[in-house]
Amino acid sequence: MDLAWYWTALIAFVIINFLLISASVLVYAERKVSGYMQNRPGPNRVGPFGFLQPFADVVKLVFKENIVPTLANPFVHSLAPMMMVVIAMAAGALIPFARGVVIADMDVSILVLLALTSISVYGVTLAGWSSNSKYSLLGGLRSSAQMISYELSMGLAVLSVVLISSSLNMVTIVEDQAGGFGLFAWNVFRNPVGCILFIVTAFAETNRAPFDLPEAEQELVGGYHTEYSGMKFGMFFLAEYVNFFVASFVIVTLFFGGYLLPFESVIVAQFPALADSYLLMALQVLTVILKAGFFAYVFIWVRWTLPRFKYTQLMTLGWKYLLPLALVNALVVAVVLAILH
Amino acid sequence: MLSDFTPLFIQLLIAIGLSFTLLKAAALIGPKRANTIKLTSYESGMDPIGSARDRYSVKFYLVAMIFIVFDVEVVFLYPWAVTFSEFLDAGVGLGVLSVVFLFVIILAIGLLYDIKKGGLEFD
Amino acid sequence: MLMTAPIMFFVFAIVALAAALGMLLSKNPVSSALWLILNLFCVAGLYLTLNAEFIAVIQVLVYAGAIMVLFVFVIMLLNLAELPDLKKVEWRRIIAFTMGMGLLSMLTFISANALDMLPNPPSLAAAAENGSVTNLGKALFTVYAMPLEIIGILLLAATIGAVVIAKRKPV
Repeated sequence: MDLAWYWTALIAFVIINFLLISASVLVYAERKVSGYMQNRPGPNRVGPFGFLQPFADVVKLVFKENIVPTLANPFVHSLAPMMMVVIAMAAGALIPFARGVVIADMDVSILVLLALTSISVYGVTLAGWSSNSKYSLLGGLRSSAQMISYELSMGLAVLSVVLISSSLNMVTIVEDQAGGFGLFAWNVFRNPVGCILFIVTAFAETNRAPFDLPEAEQELVGGYHTEYSGMKFGMFFLAEYVNFFVASFVIVTLFFGGYLLPFESVIVAQFPALADSYLLMALQVLTVILKAGFFAYVFIWVRWTLPRFKYTQLMTLGWKYLLPLALVNALVVAVVLAILH
Repeated sequence: MLSDFTPLFIQLLIAIGLSFTLLKAAALIGPKRANTIKLTSYESGMDPIGSARDRYSVKFYLVAMIFIVFDVEVVFLYPWAVTFSEFLDAGVGLGVLSVVFLFVIILAIGLLYDIKKGGLEFD
Repeated sequence: MLMTAPIMFFVFAIVALAAALGMLLSKNPVSSALWLILNLFCVAGLYLTLNAEFIAVIQVLVYAGAIMVLFVFVIMLLNLAELPDLKKVEWRRIIAFTMGMGLLSMLTFISANALDMLPNPPSLAAAAENGSVTNLGKALFTVYAMPLEIIGILLLAATIGAVVIAKRKPV
């Protein structure tokens, strides 16, 4: 898209607001879903069905005192939550929401996404270090070791997708899945092991249960954000929800056909007027949001279903099982491609 | 191209602006009633003992070190993944595949060695 | 849009230099590391202005995302306090400074003379063509296959070395 910079800025602004609102919706969804899973109603006081609860929470967070421990490094203490939010939000720019609707469309967009993921380790490490608290430091260290361990398997899962579509561009990766009635060419069918690997590593990268070791309350109190209060804590919270929503979008983009409607080619053949129309674009946006919403639900579902790993189990899983599996998977995909050729 | 990245920079700038506003707004609006107890580090209700920035296990360093090696390996594989179909079309797919297999096997030896030596045990 | 690349080049270059100075001058090792990360980002930006997208992203992914993580880990591992003051004048430092400056001026002289001998830089369009991932892959896995395997062995040595040193039994 060659747009003037102010249009790009406007769309970027809209997407950031969309991510902010979806984060509050997800907070509400998580509390409601966990409520029903535990046979209790969840938030139901603020607004209809308690829907305004997350907004009330934000207002509360803004009016809370910002406590910086005496021995903490004040600049880094503020920098860490900023980094987390900025990186989570910036990743939103790379996601194709419909054909031609993506803010930043560069040749190497999936690598840019991985680079952003690798940078978000600093948010956690620096938060742990700057707080000058033993729990924070241990939580931050554990978390960053976990994130770098699973980053490799994530990179290799992405590699297997790149092998299939021969491109590092996320739009091309989506369009590559358009064959087979827009459903059977999804990479989840062509590369199921890669899909499972990516989903597992996405859970680990976003620090969501069962990989939420950094905030294992019984051992580490609050993990890296033990010493954070008020809005700074809220920013970590915001980043977590934006992160797993963006991760859902990336899972959908890489493995579940992205913005493609199921049976899109059939539908467009039936209604030729639909091709390249704004209605199709709207349908695609709706499709990708529905698909991502499903995976966001899976993130919540898993959190309230599975118990947390032990740290040793987590490291063993990452290095001894997922990494070799991811390496073998990438090579197998290459061999199958060579055979099919 | 630089122009492809401009939208990403714009998004980054807006995100930085947003997070900065959040921080500053909370700092302006929120109450400021600090006291000594509130400002000490949390240590489960005890007075903090010793320095918080303590030394810790060398295993974290080891993980980071091995991570770098494999990260570099994966980075070398991306150009291969992008061009592999072209190699297949050109009829040199098997040769390139063997180059990659050798490369991966060399590094897999390292991973195997680390696992056998217990470099990745976290007990 | 044509003019933005040279302007951005200078912006990135100035910030990179400032960040490098900040790294050298800050006393806290963690802030040094943060300055270095900013510097690495600016170098990635420089690559972008030269149309080397892939290298730019890899710069962030490997240097900022992996190597600097190790640096930060090491700084925390050693629990480095603030660096001692360097105010005390030592004669060895003076000699080292003089020799270093001498070497720098000699190198500047040589490179200033050699500027005429350098080949003309390719145009940005040609650079974009050469720097694309596809061309990189084509060269890397055919012509440069042997160096690639040697890099693999180098990385293997690094993996084994890390474990051997870390796992050494106390004598």
